[in-house]
Amino acid sequence: MSDSLVARVSWPHGPFIGRETSRREYSFQKTAAQLSLLEHLQGTNQVAAPNQARSASVPNTKGPDVKPRLLLMGLRRQVLFGQLSHSRHANCVTGAGNPPLPVWCSTKCPQMRLSSLSLRLGFRRIPSICSSFMDFQVWDFPGQLEYFESAFDLEDIFGSLGALVWVIDAQDDYLDSVARLNRTILTVQQFYPGINIEVFIHKVDGLSDEYRTDTFQDIVQRISDELSDAGYENAPVHYYLTSIYDYSVFEAFSKVIQKLIPNLSTLENLINTLANNCGFEKTYLFDVLSKIYIASDTRPVDMACYEMCSDYIDVIVDISELYSWDHPVRKRLGDQIPEAESHVVLHDQTMIHLMEMNKYLCLVSVIRNPEAKDKRGLIDMNCRTFQDALNEVFSRSWEERTAQGAASESK
Amino acid sequence: MDARKKKRKVLLMGKSGSGKSSMRSIIFSNYVAKDVRRLGATIDVEHSHVKFMGNLTLNLWDCGGQDAFMETYLASQRGNIFSDVAVLIYVFDIESREVDRDLDTYHSIIEALREFSPNAYVFCLVHKMDLIQAEHRTRIYEERSAVIRSRSSDFRVDTFASSIWDQSLYKAWAGIVHKLIPNLVVIERFLTAFAKKINAEEVILFERSTFLTVTSVTSEVGELNPIYDRHERLSNIMKAFKHCAARNTLTTPASAGFVVMHTKTPQFNIFLGRFTDNTYIFLVVPPGEASYNCAVLNTMLAREGFSKAAAGGAGGDGFPLPPSESVDDHAGANGNGV
Repeated sequence: MSDSLVARVSWPHGPFIGRETSRREYSFQKTAAQLSLLEHLQGTNQVAAPNQARSASVPNTKGPDVKPRLLLMGLRRQVLFGQLSHSRHANCVTGAGNPPLPVWCSTKCPQMRLSSLSLRLGFRRIPSICSSFMDFQVWDFPGQLEYFESAFDLEDIFGSLGALVWVIDAQDDYLDSVARLNRTILTVQQFYPGINIEVFIHKVDGLSDEYRTDTFQDIVQRISDELSDAGYENAPVHYYLTSIYDYSVFEAFSKVIQKLIPNLSTLENLINTLANNCGFEKTYLFDVLSKIYIASDTRPVDMACYEMCSDYIDVIVDISELYSWDHPVRKRLGDQIPEAESHVVLHDQTMIHLMEMNKYLCLVSVIRNPEAKDKRGLIDMNCRTFQDALNEVFSRSWEERTAQGAASESK
Repeated sequence: MDARKKKRKVLLMGKSGSGKSSMRSIIFSNYVAKDVRRLGATIDVEHSHVKFMGNLTLNLWDCGGQDAFMETYLASQRGNIFSDVAVLIYVFDIESREVDRDLDTYHSIIEALREFSPNAYVFCLVHKMDLIQAEHRTRIYEERSAVIRSRSSDFRVDTFASSIWDQSLYKAWAGIVHKLIPNLVVIERFLTAFAKKINAEEVILFERSTFLTVTSVTSEVGELNPIYDRHERLSNIMKAFKHCAARNTLTTPASAGFVVMHTKTPQFNIFLGRFTDNTYIFLVVPPGEASYNCAVLNTMLAREGFSKAAAGGAGGDGFPLPPSESVDDHAGANGNGV
């Protein structure tokens, strides 16, 4: 991973050279762009190499850019991403496990910065899959950058994009941001109509409820009006109200990422079946590291359940940190299932049940049925069945991909 | 004698603004660290009775720290305040600019204490350590505690570095309550025998509402655990989750709690459950499904034994415990029975 990180970070300077020179002489600009392209290609080669090393038996036809890309954009530096990637650390540091969390990455970026910190929602367990199942690149863009200048290779930026996340500061004057967003949408959708556009109306914690709704509606109205004026009806734009002082950012990001997961409906069906049969109130399939959920049952969103599940993961991870030390003297007393399993019963008989699915994912459910305590064996068994099904879903989708890869290679 | 044992007077003193009431609110009143900014200054003395471990009541005297109050404590109120003190907790603000003056005040308080309750325990908390850069913390803390000791007359003083923003607060207070609990020896003897029987790496007893470590027993293997501050961190983790549970089940943190928690991982198994009315027991056992279940069953059995003894009145004060011999018998019986 670190290799590809280096490679990724190195190439965006290319466009920068191009940008500065383009102002002076147009003829040179082309070469610069070509240069940057060349550099980019070199970059991809560098990235491809470790991939191949890792999966010698698997034909690497995907290239590194098949990774879905999340583009974070907005007028000024937002703190979203820092919060997302550091949230676990933040909890450790403050210890309280409560938002508001400390804020990282709050400085303005004078330069284009590519953080290819990937949110790995992945799957490395199955031996033949060496690259993770879903490895997102998150690209964080400074808002002031004019990426539609000809110096910027649109294909580079938007080519393998999964979603464009546009962050609007709701506490600020957002007209400029909205105008820019519209421009971006119109440009992007000409070339890449498949991109999801997600608008985060951010920092809403400072607004009163009423004003918040007004702001939300105003922004939605402005964007959809302008888009339909430009002849672009029913644009795939989705809006979320977010704040770092609660879990809404995680919720919104979860929704964004879920749209990029190819098997979402299968997963949801599986979880629904499980939840209905076991009487779960709400079930989430979490990515442990980022605490984003990649699927959940289709019952209405319940922030309270999400908070409890997400905090319970924290508890388990923190406790594991304290007692997972390695020492030859530590002996096991008998056989046990290799995946972690945990549950807690709260004062009002609510049960939170957590089961590790694989290295990255865990299934967390809230059960309010008081009988559940006595039927834990049954619940555990059902969750194991779900785990098998989940493994099958992911392995199937991998097989398909290799089949496609083999087909395209034979051509 | 008996009455004094059950109601122990705890004095909480220190310069104004050093964080006495904040600490008290977090530990005993379920405040979250960020909520303490709502607290105002303490006027004169705030008395609060903190129920701890059942019938042990801490009679907590939170003494406002303004100079005017301090003078009255030392002059007109001297006998009232400093008599019958079981514990003095003196809080030093690490950021204070008048270290010498603070120490002078501290010294005169120690003198008053020596006059009226020479047998009291003295704890000094060097507070707000989070404001010091991490790399200097140990050095500054050690310097400061050496100075404090030199001004403490013949009292044996325990010093702790603390901050409300991390687990060090729990460490300090666990050390304090540990000193206050009667028949702790009996409890510890029981736990040691019990831990051995169920092959536990570690058994920790937590107080129910504060989640402070009452006592703990660690096996030889468990002793090798490289994380030394794990007890405080556990207090912190569990208390944070209790707050979360309270928020999301629409109750107050005081009434929220856990009935039981099981965790099985490939490296360890953990059981957390109610032990007596006022304590949680926390078991860490090596992995192994069958032995884990045995350990849990044994804990339940031991708990029943405890509650029977409490109902029979055999336990006496503080902690409902059968006499020490029968405790060992009891644990032995459990081990053989399963």
